[in-house]
Amino acid sequence: MSQIAATLDDALGAITDGCMLVVPREVSGVPMDATRALIRRGIRRLHLVALPTSSLQADLLIGAGCVETLETSAVSLGEYGPAPRFNAAILARSIKMKDATCPALHAALQATEKGVPFMPLRGLIGSDVLKYRDDWKVIDSPFGNNDPIVLLPAIKPDVALFHAAMADVYGNVWIGRQRELATMAHAAVKTIVTVDRIHPGNLLETPVLAAGTLPGFYIDAIALTERGAWPLPLPDYYAADGAHLAEYAKMAATEEGFAAYLEKYVYAKRAA
Amino acid sequence: MTFLPEELLADQIAHLIGGVRHVAVGNASPIPATAALLARERGRGRPYVSLLGSPKNTFWTDGARELFDCAGQGRIDVFFLSGGQIDGHGNVNLVEIGAHDHPKVRFPGSFGSAYLYYVVPKVILFRTEHSRRTLVPQVDYISAPGASDPNVFRPGGPVALITNRCLFSFANGRFTLQSVHPGHTIEEVIEHTGFDFDRPANVPETPAPSAETLTLMRQTVAPQLAELYPQFAAQVFGIKLAKDLPQEASAP
Repeated sequence: MSQIAATLDDALGAITDGCMLVVPREVSGVPMDATRALIRRGIRRLHLVALPTSSLQADLLIGAGCVETLETSAVSLGEYGPAPRFNAAILARSIKMKDATCPALHAALQATEKGVPFMPLRGLIGSDVLKYRDDWKVIDSPFGNNDPIVLLPAIKPDVALFHAAMADVYGNVWIGRQRELATMAHAAVKTIVTVDRIHPGNLLETPVLAAGTLPGFYIDAIALTERGAWPLPLPDYYAADGAHLAEYAKMAATEEGFAAYLEKYVYAKRAA
Repeated sequence: MTFLPEELLADQIAHLIGGVRHVAVGNASPIPATAALLARERGRGRPYVSLLGSPKNTFWTDGARELFDCAGQGRIDVFFLSGGQIDGHGNVNLVEIGAHDHPKVRFPGSFGSAYLYYVVPKVILFRTEHSRRTLVPQVDYISAPGASDPNVFRPGGPVALITNRCLFSFANGRFTLQSVHPGHTIEEVIEHTGFDFDRPANVPETPAPSAETLTLMRQTVAPQLAELYPQFAAQVFGIKLAKDLPQEASAP
């Protein structure tokens, strides 16, 4: 039975209203075609975990009203400026924000990867990041002498969703050096991947490709979406579409402009 | 040779980096990235430089967490942080202005600061807007504190703050004015700084970058920078924007 779905919407079936969805940072293979499809479907109340940061993807989902809780370390459009819909939502208090720091998100997913309930992390003590996280605890290290350390509860997402260069018919996905995608897949209950192309043959057969391959064992559904990270980059394959990101930054600066962006670049496909 | 303010700052930051083994540069930090690449060119390949988000200028093979694991072990010597606000105690705020339940302004977020500020020995603060709005007596939100209680594990922290007007060093919980950039004055620095700082009787002018340094920056560093910071490389160094990365021979 192949994980390769007939359509993108079929592949995204496991992402339901209210689920905890983990997605990668802006440069690691962001599934933008899939994100647009979720917005078209009208997904609601997502608990979005961006590992460990996000740009256009979180901003679009927030602006389109899909997000209830956001757990990440930063959202911005990088060189193209602030993330306007994220900022507006925070100021209007229309989403619940769980501010984190990058290594805390990596560590909390690694806890789930290892099947342990929490992970300790250095830093954080004395910061307001820690002060406003009532789910994080400080203990005195049982192995130390007056050595306080923060404990982070494991994060177990319902679904991991990302875009990669290629998959094969056995469900194996080539992620190259973007190893955090493996952490996401290991930690999530289900993993959905969009890919630019299907590799002929088995990715696990040659050692060079196998080292960068996430085995199909972890993968629940795959959809083919050529250049599916657009307008964000796919590392080692294509760069970000800077002109489009600049256009987004300009349009999304107002609610009306954002609505026009959705019409033009997200909902337009429904009619097509 | 005439030079741009960005070139002066990058040259100064390269001096601050010094003779270390590994410099890492986080998101949205084009000037520190220029400085790190400049230091690497001067040192003929050392220090190792890791530019977050750049496939060409990182050696990570274990994912985004490798940077933090590396730092936690003491394998990163220098890192850079900025802030929407920075205060006189070295606290940085990357989150919000105003009360936490009713913020007036939201910034992107803390990124890795709440961890790296503690574990990287030399953290260089940079802020290209030197004003009472950004350099404040007390930050509204502590993304990462400038100092910690003695029992908190903290091999790292701030060593300097560089702005568009001057260079401060940081030690024992306070900033000290080290030099004022050409075209700026001590009076101006005092007027635009919201926190108290120490200053010696004679504050020198920040030295201009040498012709050799400027050539290295413009001819060798700038093209490398364009991969990750195309807008910055175009504006400061006149590097043309490229739409697509050249196809990597190694990418299957």
